[in-house]
Amino acid sequence: MTMPFYVAPEQLMKDRADFARKGIARGRALTALSVRDGILICAENRSNTLRKVSEIYDRIAFAGVGRYNEFDQLRIAGVRHADLKGYTYSREDVDARSLANQYAQVLGQTFTHEMKPMEVEILVTEVTIDPSGDQMFHVLYDGTVNDESGFTVLGGEADSIAERLGETYDRDWPVGDAVQAAAAALAGEERTLEADDLEVAILVRETGRRAFQRIEGDELAGLLG
Amino acid sequence: MTLPLFEAGGDPGPNFAELVRSAGLVPPVPDVPAADMAISHATTVVAIRCHQGVVMAGDRRATAGHLISHRTIEKVFPADHYSGVAIAGAAGPAMEMVRLFQLQLEHYEKVEGKALSLDGKANQLGMMVRNNLPAAMQGFAVVPLFAGYDTNREVGRLFQYDVTGGRYEEREFAVGGSGSLHAGTVIKLGYRPDADADEMIDLAVSALFRTAEEDSATGGPDLVRGIYPVVAVIGAEGFQRVADEEVETRFRDLLASLENQGGDSQ
Repeated sequence: MTMPFYVAPEQLMKDRADFARKGIARGRALTALSVRDGILICAENRSNTLRKVSEIYDRIAFAGVGRYNEFDQLRIAGVRHADLKGYTYSREDVDARSLANQYAQVLGQTFTHEMKPMEVEILVTEVTIDPSGDQMFHVLYDGTVNDESGFTVLGGEADSIAERLGETYDRDWPVGDAVQAAAAALAGEERTLEADDLEVAILVRETGRRAFQRIEGDELAGLLG
Repeated sequence: MTLPLFEAGGDPGPNFAELVRSAGLVPPVPDVPAADMAISHATTVVAIRCHQGVVMAGDRRATAGHLISHRTIEKVFPADHYSGVAIAGAAGPAMEMVRLFQLQLEHYEKVEGKALSLDGKANQLGMMVRNNLPAAMQGFAVVPLFAGYDTNREVGRLFQYDVTGGRYEEREFAVGGSGSLHAGTVIKLGYRPDADADEMIDLAVSALFRTAEEDSATGGPDLVRGIYPVVAVIGAEGFQRVADEEVETRFRDLLASLENQGGDSQ
């Protein structure tokens, strides 16, 4: 008869957290900024087809870093949750906060009960007509939810990117300035990021029903200057 | 509401109708014939191809038996950015079908990251009509028209359905509902291939006006209350509804021209 080794809960949680953090740190970062024209999400992503930033609902967007298959599964679950909720109740009743809480539940549950925690960090963000109402929920691998305001950074080297961005960030930026600042902050001092290296989308503040728009190709190159 | 997560084998993919089914939100098929109840019916809708794409129009009347149940219902809806759907038949199930269809297209687009092709959309709607067949047998038939701008081929296309979900693509125009015989005749006489949208809007307006004169279930323009048919143009710029004021002007012009002729509509 074999006895399982005793592992202190602190150690177990720390090991899991380290595992998840390492996985996330390997991926490229992304940032979201609440600015004059809406909420801009800018990710370093060389793929044109495997997206990190996507539309969830009329005024809600999703962004994820870490393992693609894991955050993409969460993205689709989010779209389903939002569409079902809008179908059952009304489009106005779909909100980012409740979705972020759902994500937190799933991530927290997986972190403590499953073989392996999810190696992802996700962002759920909702744009409103009044900039002060913008919401950004940053959900970590263990289900921790951070309610951010202004801007937030997800993924590897988040702290240094946030520091660079924080030095210049201005709420009244138009889209162009915000894209340039986000690209510069993601790149750091040694590199520059071109349009092909970035995936950019915006939740437009003043618009009709679906606020999510991608900024791609020539339009993005033009904004980067 | 919890986050809908599925095992790999039971995943509904981008199919919203399947998701709704798995959430247990599908209404049961009615087991009482519609004839026993006074349910609202939506009537005449038309779709005409034009140079820019397709013009769609529908009157605003719903009837329950011999009574007018609603004066302002709408029968022409955007399905997504590049397509529209017009409904005739049992009003309740028809509205629900449109809502589900709109959500289906948007859901697919969000999950897959790209919109369905126009043929794909037309087939989806056909499947929904077919799934409604058991209810149709009880008298709750829904027969939509579907029209859209095909961004791959760069032309407007339109589709007609029957209660079994049969899908028929039309080259010139399609009509649906109780007044379809009259509306179809007016359009047939006035149709010109590749005509301008402007001209075809007038044709649609005139077809609905003539139909309202002959068919009690089709509502004409209501100049007193300011209720006019819903008219939309679907082209390269997407679904665009024609403003009520413009539809009113076109009706007033039509009426004026009829007055000048001494009222030819006998």
